Amino acid sequence: MYLGRVVGRVWSTVKNECLEGHRLLIVQPVTPELKDTGKRIVCTDWTGAGAGELIYWVRAREASFAFSPAEVVTDATIVAIVDELHIKRPPLADARGSEPTSEPRPSGSGRSGSGA
Amino acid sequence: MILARVVGTVVATRKDPRLEGKKLLVLKPVSPDGKDESGYVVAVDTVSAGYRETVLAVSGSSARMAEGCKDRPVDTSIVGIVDNVSLDEKK
Repeated sequence: MYLGRVVGRVWSTVKNECLEGHRLLIVQPVTPELKDTGKRIVCTDWTGAGAGELIYWVRAREASFAFSPAEVVTDATIVAIVDELHIKRPPLADARGSEPTSEPRPSGSGRSGSGA
Repeated sequence: MILARVVGTVVATRKDPRLEGKKLLVLKPVSPDGKDESGYVVAVDTVSAGYRETVLAVSGSSARMAEGCKDRPVDTSIVGIVDNVSLDEKK
């Protein structure tokens, strides 16, 4: 499963009948520090996520299991909306012996959609 | 799923019998803002897409779940024709 942010939508009228009735959203994968990483992809949506929301998504065949028992032809699905992230990292063993780096901890940027 | 543009067709006479009657198209992956990405991919068409149309392509074993591709040796299938893509403006 991967973190991502909803950055757009795709409209498609003519589609495979296995995909009918499903929302298609464009997701930008992000790192736990909420920086963009990798290519944007199109995901089906299981959650009702909206623009700018922080979500996580699954890839490959498992993506269609979210809609089980329906067989939805998808290789990427949004399966959850992220409320908060808590990331605990071991202090970096800094060669110079300075203080461990403390990164600002991202939290709760999901619903606000501020794109922080 | 990825967005891609149809750039050509593939004709194959000798092929797995389970692929008979399937239209094979050459796709060029594109980013949501319409820029070409690297590489090409051959996909089985399930929606009668045409030349230069932007389509949605599913890859991997999910591609076999598409109606018309069940139990066939397919790893990329075209499952939708894209009408429009909307992107939130960059903040």
